[in-house]
Amino acid sequence: MAETITLGKSLNHGLRRALENDSKVVIMGEDVGKLGGVFRITDGLQKDFGEDRVIDTPLAEAGIVGTAVGLAIRGYRPVCEIQFDGFVFPAYNQIVAQVAKMFYRSKGKVRVPIVIRIPFGGGIGAVEHHSESPEAYFAHTPGLKVVTCSNPADAYTMIQQAIASDDPVVFFEPKRRYWEKGEVDLDAPLSGAYPLHSARVARPGSDATLLAYGPMVRVALDAAAAAAEDGRSLEVIDLRTLSPVDYPVIFESVKRTGRAVVVHEAPGSGGLGGELAARISEECFYSLEAPVLRVTGYDIPYPAARSEEEYLPDLDRLLDAVDRSFGW
Amino acid sequence: MAKGKAVATRPSGGGTDAPAGGFVQLLTPDGEHVGSVTTADGTTYSVDFTDEEYRGLYRDLVTVRRLDAEATALQRQGELGLWASLLGQEAAQVGSGRALRTQDMAFPTYREHGVLYCRGIDPIMPFGLFRGVDQGGWDANEHKFNSYTIVIGSQTLHATGYAMGVTMDGKTGSPDGEAVIAYFGDGATSQGEVNEAFVWAGVFNAPMVFFCQNNQYAISEPLERQTRIPLYRRALGYGFPGIRIDGNDVLASYAVTRAALDNARNGQGPTLIEAYTYRMGAHTSSDDPTRYRIASEVESWKAKDPISRVRAFLTKQQLADEDFFGEVDENARKLALDLRERVLAMPDPQPVTMFDHVYPNGSPDLDEQRKAFTEYHASFEGSGH
Repeated sequence: MAETITLGKSLNHGLRRALENDSKVVIMGEDVGKLGGVFRITDGLQKDFGEDRVIDTPLAEAGIVGTAVGLAIRGYRPVCEIQFDGFVFPAYNQIVAQVAKMFYRSKGKVRVPIVIRIPFGGGIGAVEHHSESPEAYFAHTPGLKVVTCSNPADAYTMIQQAIASDDPVVFFEPKRRYWEKGEVDLDAPLSGAYPLHSARVARPGSDATLLAYGPMVRVALDAAAAAAEDGRSLEVIDLRTLSPVDYPVIFESVKRTGRAVVVHEAPGSGGLGGELAARISEECFYSLEAPVLRVTGYDIPYPAARSEEEYLPDLDRLLDAVDRSFGW
Repeated sequence: MAKGKAVATRPSGGGTDAPAGGFVQLLTPDGEHVGSVTTADGTTYSVDFTDEEYRGLYRDLVTVRRLDAEATALQRQGELGLWASLLGQEAAQVGSGRALRTQDMAFPTYREHGVLYCRGIDPIMPFGLFRGVDQGGWDANEHKFNSYTIVIGSQTLHATGYAMGVTMDGKTGSPDGEAVIAYFGDGATSQGEVNEAFVWAGVFNAPMVFFCQNNQYAISEPLERQTRIPLYRRALGYGFPGIRIDGNDVLASYAVTRAALDNARNGQGPTLIEAYTYRMGAHTSSDDPTRYRIASEVESWKAKDPISRVRAFLTKQQLADEDFFGEVDENARKLALDLRERVLAMPDPQPVTMFDHVYPNGSPDLDEQRKAFTEYHASFEGSGH
């Protein structure tokens, strides 16, 4: 039965179902037990599944991911919560040097089906280290799969798919969308659900393609709605999967529209937008009416909260880029 | 094959003091067998081996040293890209390796060839890594021996997580329980991850043994660069016992490790063992230890050699004769020769296999790269390139 719930609650339901369906699934992180996590994503789970399945860990991110590796070798499916994006770096060594490489190192004989959940992105008026978008570091690392959801329905299925996958998955959660509501069918079977590593056309259009993911999908959809009033039909693609990127969906769209604008909160230089632009130019060169444009955060450390509105890509900056694309 | 019984009786609590002399030692460098040692906390350590088991330990020590020497030679001859020699650390590895029970799990660094051998694993297993044909490629669970881990200290967290899993599986609290051993060196004790592993193991009462081979050097840096106190005493701060052993004494290594593992499997939590030893060779084949340590220091450790003391003991006790020692040497030589031949016969990997095993579920983008790679190389066919 479909219910209207927030993205955060939908993740909570997804985690609950994963815990119910597989006794090897364990949740571990700081404050995930009694408190239910600082964003309450694990609310009530320790009460229902016990302290062995929902583990309040010592305050040490490398420890969370490093012990998850050992648990995974033992046959468990750990779901690690990193409290905030900017706190993942103490665990970076374990994620990049161990989680990503264990399957390769062992020639496919040791699997570490770990999910690392990271609330990411800005827009919540937070202090330093609480608003970052570190996805490119992980998308650049072979051996990791990287995904992000943009709406409650996807959050519910994608978290379950990530946990069920034998690949290690870094799961970015758009923290400023935790409270946005949408319809979710909590009884829908996982088999037959939209595939985890597929992009989705969030809004069809014919004049230009907007590529967005996570918290920026909402901005892109708003931009498309505004552009429609000016008579421009923008297609919005929700990437969903950042490693691997689902390129066929993107190429099909851009060949059809001839224009592409990529948007993300992370700094532009060296970011996913550049990679997308390069791949689109390689595959869609003769179809392009304009260069692929990027609307991103600036190449600065995430600024103080009272400046973040000027830092984050918004509807106006996105429409400005669309105008530039059409003006080429 | 030593399967002797180690006896340790611990009255209560967990002290951390080594006995007079600084460590637990059951076999002196001269080959004198001390019947038992009682530490300041009242724990008594001893071994109860049959004659055959004593001879078995000697055979293990000689064999792992001989195989190690063969590997060093192979590296010098250009057949291995690198070798991390265990020379000098045979007793620490054979003693602790033989102390493991079948169901126990080991998490090595990249130097535990002696432990690997004592697990009954074909000694060729890590040579793919050092020859450069793969990154290891073995199944940790099949061998109860995890992949070699090169980033210093990271495996201690893996061991701790695995040990938490042992507890969650209900496999502790009885003599048949499972225990986990994590190997690392003196340098690793400065790593944050190792200290996190200590915290976690203490907090979760993980059924494990932290086995630190303090070989006095982290490449060139001496112990004083890593610590102001004896390493075993760090355990106290994390809430579990720490103990220092003569790392060149295979009997002490066996007795103390066996006792610590049994404590772990019985649900009494972790122990830190500091095996005080010496890296007689270079850090790896790429290192030149003459730049940072003096010959007289190496000479002084030669007098504490882990093998010669066992030989002296066997001779004095008339447990073995020259025929036996000769047969052990000859057997080790044959194993080394066999190892050499099989290493030389290792095929180079097909280049396209470098795309394999990146993801259990694969990646369409990677499939494209593999295809492009194959087509690119095929384009040279018949061109003489």
